[in-house]
Amino acid sequence: MHNETHESGHIHIDIDHDVCVGAGQCALAAPSVFTQDDDGFSTLLPGREDGGGDPMVREAARACPVSAITVSEGGS
Amino acid sequence: MTDMTDMTRPPTVAFPQNRTCPYHPPTAYDPLRDTRPLARITLYDGRPVWLVTGHALARTLLADPRLSSDRGRPGFPAPNERFAAVRDRKSALLGVDDPEHRVQRRMMVPSFTLRRAAELRPQIQRIVDERLDAMIDQGAPAELVNAFALPVPSMVICALLGVPYADHDFFEGESRRLLRGATAAEAMDARDRLENYFIELIDRKQKDPEPGDGVLDELVHRQLRDGDLDREEVVALSTILLVAGHETTANMISLGTFTLLQHPEQLAELRADAGLLPAAVEELMRMLSIADGLLRVASEDIEAGGETIRAGDGVVFSTSVINRDESVYPDPDAIDWHRPTRHHIAFGFGIHQCLGQNLARAEMEIALRTLFERLPTLRLAVPAGEIPFKPGDTIQGMLELPVTW
Repeated sequence: MHNETHESGHIHIDIDHDVCVGAGQCALAAPSVFTQDDDGFSTLLPGREDGGGDPMVREAARACPVSAITVSEGGS
Repeated sequence: MTDMTDMTRPPTVAFPQNRTCPYHPPTAYDPLRDTRPLARITLYDGRPVWLVTGHALARTLLADPRLSSDRGRPGFPAPNERFAAVRDRKSALLGVDDPEHRVQRRMMVPSFTLRRAAELRPQIQRIVDERLDAMIDQGAPAELVNAFALPVPSMVICALLGVPYADHDFFEGESRRLLRGATAAEAMDARDRLENYFIELIDRKQKDPEPGDGVLDELVHRQLRDGDLDREEVVALSTILLVAGHETTANMISLGTFTLLQHPEQLAELRADAGLLPAAVEELMRMLSIADGLLRVASEDIEAGGETIRAGDGVVFSTSVINRDESVYPDPDAIDWHRPTRHHIAFGFGIHQCLGQNLARAEMEIALRTLFERLPTLRLAVPAGEIPFKPGDTIQGMLELPVTW
């Protein structure tokens, strides 16, 4: 039961800091997974690298104005 | 029987045009709403350019680096004479492309994060409370643009940037002439006066032994002295941050208030459940689309929407038309706090998406919530049809908003 956060699928989240413009849309859409570091770049909250089962992760990726976020199935 | 090209090419629509109702796209744009995702329009100088009208295509093209934001580039579209007159001036952020844009954006982003906006909320609340106290002390009726909608964002951006609010009559007036002056000469003169103002302010800040903690102080002391920014660039950055930082949010507060007063059922729903407020701000952003005409020029040929946009073609994005794409927003002309409205493009999209959007959201939420909490009987002081609003070739909003309570 304690692994239930992974039941929505083991996902992998990539953030491309070369294209991130610091709009903060990911952190607005899915604040339990994304935040902005001191430079304003998108970053994952500690322990939430797998998305924490948050259904808003894909919504956050779609909200990014520069497509800096890639969400992929993390394999088995 | 007749020439086929005449039959297949609908007559182009002049753009921009005045709104008929301040919170709906001009009825003259109705043919554009039927021509998705791409239409042809004619600018004030008779030049034909592309108009993006479809939501999906707008997201694709606003993120496409082949569409340039460099207003000095040949072929860059101008919506009016004022814009054409000042477009060769040194620009920053919105008016330049990567890599120049990227350096500037990265310099600015730490001051405009979600966290920074959250930290500013108590200060925004204090400013909102003080303005409402003053307005209520004066007694009804009041003119809400000058008493509230304009001073709130003006004070917030002054505090954030480190610009003395005491100078607000000057910079609000010059911004007005830059964006809405009667002639091109007036816009050029306003731009000169704003630039000279910042040259003097930057001088004072450089000599100040005790630097302030505003964004401009930081720019001046860290960047100018380290040599990775020249003075012209600091002036251009300061001008755009100040002008964009107060005009746009002021319009959202005035037009948002007007729209809510014209929709009593939705207003009542919002009052009954403050938790709806963030969604309501997004829906108002979508509905009002106050920056209605984002401008680009193609730097290469682009295949889009079944057409070829040629290098050098002007491309305009009508945010009001795009944000009412019925394939994304069913019943698009209705206000609905419960619709998924997140992906509206009222703040733009791509690398130039509004730098101040997190601050703007905080200001809109606090201003609208507090206004209707403090004045539950707020209403228009004159018939809605008599209230003047801004012309179509500017940022949309109310010119005046006479209210009583």
